[in-house]
Amino acid sequence: MSTVTHTPGGPAGPDQAPPARRTPGQRTGGGGGRTGARIFNGFSHLFLAVWGVMVVYPLLWVVMSALKTDAEVIRKPLSLLPERLQWDNFARAWTEGHIGSFFLNTVLVLTGSVFLTMLLGSMAAYVLARYEFPGNRLIYYTFLSGLTLPIYLAAVPLFKGVYNIGFAFPPLGPNKHLMLILVYVAWSLAFTVFFMHSFFRTLPTAIAEAAMVDGASHSRLFFSVMLPMAKPGLISIGIFNVLGQWNQWYLPTLLMQSVAGEPKNQVISQGLIELSVNQGYRSDWSGLFAGVTMAMLPVLVVYIVFQRQVQSGLTAGVGK
Amino acid sequence: MRHGVARFVTGFLALPLGLYLFYVVWPFLQAAGYSLTDWGGYSDRQQFVGLENYIRLFSDELIRKAFWHNVFFLVTVPLFTIALALFLAFLLNVGGREDRAGVRGVFGSGLYKVIFFFPQVLSLVVIAVMWQQIYRADGQGLINGVLMKIGLINSDDPITFMYDPEPFLGVPAVLWWLLLIAVWSGAGFYMVLFSAAMQSIPKDIFEAAILDGASRFHTFFRITLPLLRDTVSVAWVYLGFIALDMFALVYIMTPSQGGPNHASEIFASVINFNAFQKGQFGYACAIAVALAIFTILLAALQLRITRRERIEY
Repeated sequence: MSTVTHTPGGPAGPDQAPPARRTPGQRTGGGGGRTGARIFNGFSHLFLAVWGVMVVYPLLWVVMSALKTDAEVIRKPLSLLPERLQWDNFARAWTEGHIGSFFLNTVLVLTGSVFLTMLLGSMAAYVLARYEFPGNRLIYYTFLSGLTLPIYLAAVPLFKGVYNIGFAFPPLGPNKHLMLILVYVAWSLAFTVFFMHSFFRTLPTAIAEAAMVDGASHSRLFFSVMLPMAKPGLISIGIFNVLGQWNQWYLPTLLMQSVAGEPKNQVISQGLIELSVNQGYRSDWSGLFAGVTMAMLPVLVVYIVFQRQVQSGLTAGVGK
Repeated sequence: MRHGVARFVTGFLALPLGLYLFYVVWPFLQAAGYSLTDWGGYSDRQQFVGLENYIRLFSDELIRKAFWHNVFFLVTVPLFTIALALFLAFLLNVGGREDRAGVRGVFGSGLYKVIFFFPQVLSLVVIAVMWQQIYRADGQGLINGVLMKIGLINSDDPITFMYDPEPFLGVPAVLWWLLLIAVWSGAGFYMVLFSAAMQSIPKDIFEAAILDGASRFHTFFRITLPLLRDTVSVAWVYLGFIALDMFALVYIMTPSQGGPNHASEIFASVINFNAFQKGQFGYACAIAVALAIFTILLAALQLRITRRERIEY
């Protein structure tokens, strides 16, 4: 299948007939017969650069539009250079658009939920991977099944369930941070357990046995020996969970609606949706662009700093 | 000692399993139960109606539309994303100086990889809101603005993007525009994935091929690509899940969340529409169960098709 998709775009022409049979000695030699390679390299760079621009230009456009006045956004929508930098767009989105409080809510929820996801997820994965007991497979497959079922199936009863608990125990009701933390943890467990399970399986047993001989208890063994050994796996799945939960929008939209008078506990994704809906009435374009920029830049900066870890963390999630 | 193990296992499993059962498994089971009732969602009145919801589902015009739209994404999102990702990975890795074997990378390939990966770390909501501005149906939008400036389209007759239900190749134009966003945001990630897989192929295979006189195009199509089969099929499965989950884009970007005039409905948006706008929770649950069965069958099918002996090296 892929062969077909490639040939039309590929510059197969110029290089199709390579200098027949080259001996190993020749290939270290210089210049001759390299025009095809040069053309190909040029073409590569051209196409790669075009795609690079297609990725970067919209992002840059959003950031630059966030620094314009509203009039400028309308008059000169395409220019990437604002006449004067309007930093107060950010201030307005931060306070009036509530991005500030949405931001803090997200950080608050994520601190709890990522920590708990990692802790509970690796505990469950560890026990399932390394201890034999009746029901082990059943529990493992129960966790696994959560990977294939679409979240929309659970939406209605989940909403109802959270609503009902709210009557009995308000901190776990709708529009509460603690509730969202627990829901995030529960919904992240399936993949975390799946991932860490395969990781704990690969750890050598000899060290565990040595620790047991030295008199370590089971939980001591887990916290001081196995968990530190699983660090590479924890980093990968940690990055995966941070990004996944930061980007979560469906669960909060479902469960974090504030009724009039209640404090606004929404997270950043909801804030952006709200901003983009309201902007239609108030036409505060620059404020919207500022909001998107503020939601976008922290993640991008973290990514650029830790790009190697983020790339390998996220791709490892698929590779398993 | 045995006793200690049992207590340890229970202690470690209780909390995660409890949370998972309560917030994930129990709602799923309840949904299956509600799908057999005519529950409206806001009252406590619910009556058992058997399979009525499921029978109704088959004659629902909206569901049929949503089904075909889902199938459209299911085919096109993986196809275009993987094709583009492979093409980019090919350009990135096959170029470069030829004095060494096959996979080496053009100058600056590290930088390209960093940049192409950007959309992956952005949230779907950020991407959706951003593209909403890019797709604006007047000169203020990025695409319309550029096209007007270079005179390709008339300023009185802009591209309407999300408001365009006119079929293109038999599929509403709005779906093609959504597809473009999905490919834009996915290609970089899969390119990095494929590049990593290409680089893990041992160098001596390429050296042997070059000794035999293979050009870099031959090495790519005859060696690299076949060895990537596993990665590509995993990517296909994952993209299949993503294709089923285009709801964020539909929800945020299209008029009345599935419009215009239901031209961009997918399963998820139909569930949302029935549950929260028409107040038919029972029926919405039946659609969701149907979607779940569809997903599981599809996953099983994909695993079946793509299963093949691994090549160890």
